[in-house]
Amino acid sequence: MTGNEAVAAGVKLSNVKVIAAYPITPQTTIVEKLAEMVANGELNSKFIEVESEHSAMSAVTASEMTGVRSFTASSSHGLLYMHEALHWAAGMRLPLVMTVVNRAIGPPWSIWGEHTDSFNQKDTGWLQMYCETNQEAMDSILLGYKIAENNKLLLPVMNMLDAFTLSHTSEPVEVRSHSTAADYLGELELESKMDFNNPAGYGSIVPPDGPFMEMKKDMRDSMYNATNAIKKEITTFNDLFNAELPGLTENFMMEDADYALITLGAISSTAKYTIRKLRERGQKVGLIRLYFYRPFPGEEIVKAVKGLKGLGVVERNLSFGQRGPTFEDVATALYGRVDVPMRNYVVGLGGRDVRVKDYELMFENLVEGNNEIEWVNVEAR
Amino acid sequence: MPLTIPREEYMEQGHTACAGCGAALSMRYMLKAAGPKTALAIPACCWSVVPGEFPATNLKVPLLYTPFAAAGAAISGLREGLDAQGKEDYNVFAFAGDGGTADIGLQGLSAAMERGHNVIYIMYDNEAYMNTGIQRSGSTPYGAWTTTTPVGMKRDFKKQNKKFVADLMIAQNVPYVATATIGYPEDLERKISIAKSIKGPKFIQILSPCPPGWYHNSADTVKISRLAVESKVFPLYEFRNGKFSLFKPGKTARLTDYLSLQGRFAHLKDDEIKVIEESVNERWSYLLKKEQS
Repeated sequence: MTGNEAVAAGVKLSNVKVIAAYPITPQTTIVEKLAEMVANGELNSKFIEVESEHSAMSAVTASEMTGVRSFTASSSHGLLYMHEALHWAAGMRLPLVMTVVNRAIGPPWSIWGEHTDSFNQKDTGWLQMYCETNQEAMDSILLGYKIAENNKLLLPVMNMLDAFTLSHTSEPVEVRSHSTAADYLGELELESKMDFNNPAGYGSIVPPDGPFMEMKKDMRDSMYNATNAIKKEITTFNDLFNAELPGLTENFMMEDADYALITLGAISSTAKYTIRKLRERGQKVGLIRLYFYRPFPGEEIVKAVKGLKGLGVVERNLSFGQRGPTFEDVATALYGRVDVPMRNYVVGLGGRDVRVKDYELMFENLVEGNNEIEWVNVEAR
Repeated sequence: MPLTIPREEYMEQGHTACAGCGAALSMRYMLKAAGPKTALAIPACCWSVVPGEFPATNLKVPLLYTPFAAAGAAISGLREGLDAQGKEDYNVFAFAGDGGTADIGLQGLSAAMERGHNVIYIMYDNEAYMNTGIQRSGSTPYGAWTTTTPVGMKRDFKKQNKKFVADLMIAQNVPYVATATIGYPEDLERKISIAKSIKGPKFIQILSPCPPGWYHNSADTVKISRLAVESKVFPLYEFRNGKFSLFKPGKTARLTDYLSLQGRFAHLKDDEIKVIEESVNERWSYLLKKEQS
C-alpha cells in the first residue's frame, strides 16, 4: 500500500473517534481514504469536513478535549496555517496525533517533498517522528497515540512522511492485528478532559506571577525526559507486533565507521544503498537516521559519533541566516562532549532528487576540512 | 405580568467585567436558558478574561478557550466529540465577540453553520474590539469614534456601515437566526430556548452595550439597549425555517435619543446624523419587505 493508505490503516487500527480534515496535496489521499472508511462503516468515527487547516486543528483540539481520540493530517502551507492552533493543542496537553506529508513551501509553488514545513513547527510542543518506510508510517500512528497518551507526557505527536516518495508510492506493508492494536491502545482515558461535574475554564488567563512559566516548564521537561519512556514503548511495540521500528535513531553500519551522515525520512534509503556500495569499495562509512526529532535524540547521537573523523548533517529543509536546524541541534548535543569535525549539506528542496552520486559526493567532501554549508545537486549560477 | 426568566444562576460573582457591561448580562441570561448541561467555547474577546484568572471561573459550566479565529471550529469539535460518546443531550455554545465573529472568525462561523452541527453560536455584539481597547470592527456602525477611527481634524470616524452578521446567516439559510439585546431579557430567554429546541445550527446576535467603549454612563446600559430597538438602529428579528418575522416596538424613540447618550457619536454633525437616519430607515424598509415576501 501507499504511505497515505498505510497512515489511514493506522488511524483505523487506533480506533479514532473524530477526524477533521481539509484537502491539500500530497496529504489528501489520507483523508479521502478515511472518509471512504467512515462512509462504508469500516471506521466508526465522526468526520468533520472543515473549511481550513486552522479549523481542522481547532476542531480536533476541541473534540479531544471532550475525551475522544482524534486525528487530522496536513502538508506544507496547510501546516503553516495551523501554526497557532498547534501551540494551542500542545499547551492544552492533548494527546493528538497528526500526519504531515512533508511538502515544500512557496513561493514559487511546489507540491514536492522537503521538510521545511514540519521543521517550522519543531518548537510548538509536538513530538516529531520522521518515517523512512510505509510500514513505519502505519506503525508510527499506533505508537504515536501510545506515547502521546502516556500520562507522564500528554503531548501531541506529529508523524512525517516525504511527499510522493512515501505518500504515493506502494510498498509491502503488514497491517497489524486489529484486536492486538485495540488491546495495545485501549480506550482513551483523558484525566484532564472537559468535566461537566466540576466545571473549569480550559486555557484561562494566567498573570505573570501565576503558573504560566511552571506550565511551560512542565511541558518542556515532560518532552525532554520522555526519551526513556519512548524507547521502552518502541521495544514493547516491536515485541507485541513483531515489528522492526528503530529506536529514537537508527544506526546503519556505524560500528567501525570513520565518516557518517545524519539524515531524516525517506532519503535515508538512498543513503543506505550508497553506504553499502562504498563499503564494498572498502570505505568505512555509516549513517545515523533520526526517527524522532522531538524530543531530540542527543544522547543517541553522542554515543554513535564517538571516534568518527567526520560527520555530515544532511538537511532537507532551509533556514536563513544560520546553518541548518539539524546541524545546530547536533552541534548542541555534541558540545563539550565529543569533538567531531562537522559539515552541513542542504539537499532535496522542492522535490529535487537526492541521488546515489550526491551521497558519494557528500562522503568525498566530508574528508575535506572546509566547514561551510554545502548545497548538493544545485546548478551553479 | 409575571417574570418568565429562570431563577437559576450559572454565572456567579467575581467576574472582571466593567461596571454596566452588556456582555456580562448577555452571558448571564444566555446561561439561564442554556442550563447546566452546556459546553462553551470562547475565542479571544472580553469574555476570554471576564471569567477570571486560572484556576478560577465564575461560570458553572465548562468553557474551552480557543484561538481568535477558532470559535466555529471549536464548537464543531465539541459537538462531534460529545456525540461520539452518546452525549447528544448536552448543549454546545460559542460565545464570541463581534471581532471574533464578523471579522477574523467569519470563515469558521460560516463553515460550522453550513456543515450543520447541532450548535448555538452567540455573537455578543459590542460593536468594536473592546478587549484590546476599542478598535473598529466590521460590526462597528457608521459614525462611531474608535481608537482606530479617531475622528481627529480630518473627521475620520467610521465611514462604513455595520456588517450585520445575522443577515449573512439568513442568506446562508441557517435554520434559526435571531437578533436580541439585553434590554429585552424575556425575548432573549425565549430565543435561546427556541434555539435549544431546534436540532442543527443556530445563530443569535445579542447587542451588548459597552460603557467604556461607547462612552456612556454605566447605569444606562439597559436604557441604551432598549433605545437601540425603539429607534430601529438595532431591529429585533427571527428567522426560522425560512420564515422571517420582525419585532415592531410599541414605543418608538428618535435616533438622537439613542445617539446622544453615547460619547462615541458626540462629534457627529447634523448632516452626518442624517446619513445614519437614512440608512436606518432604508434597512427598516428592507426588513419589512423581507417579512412580507
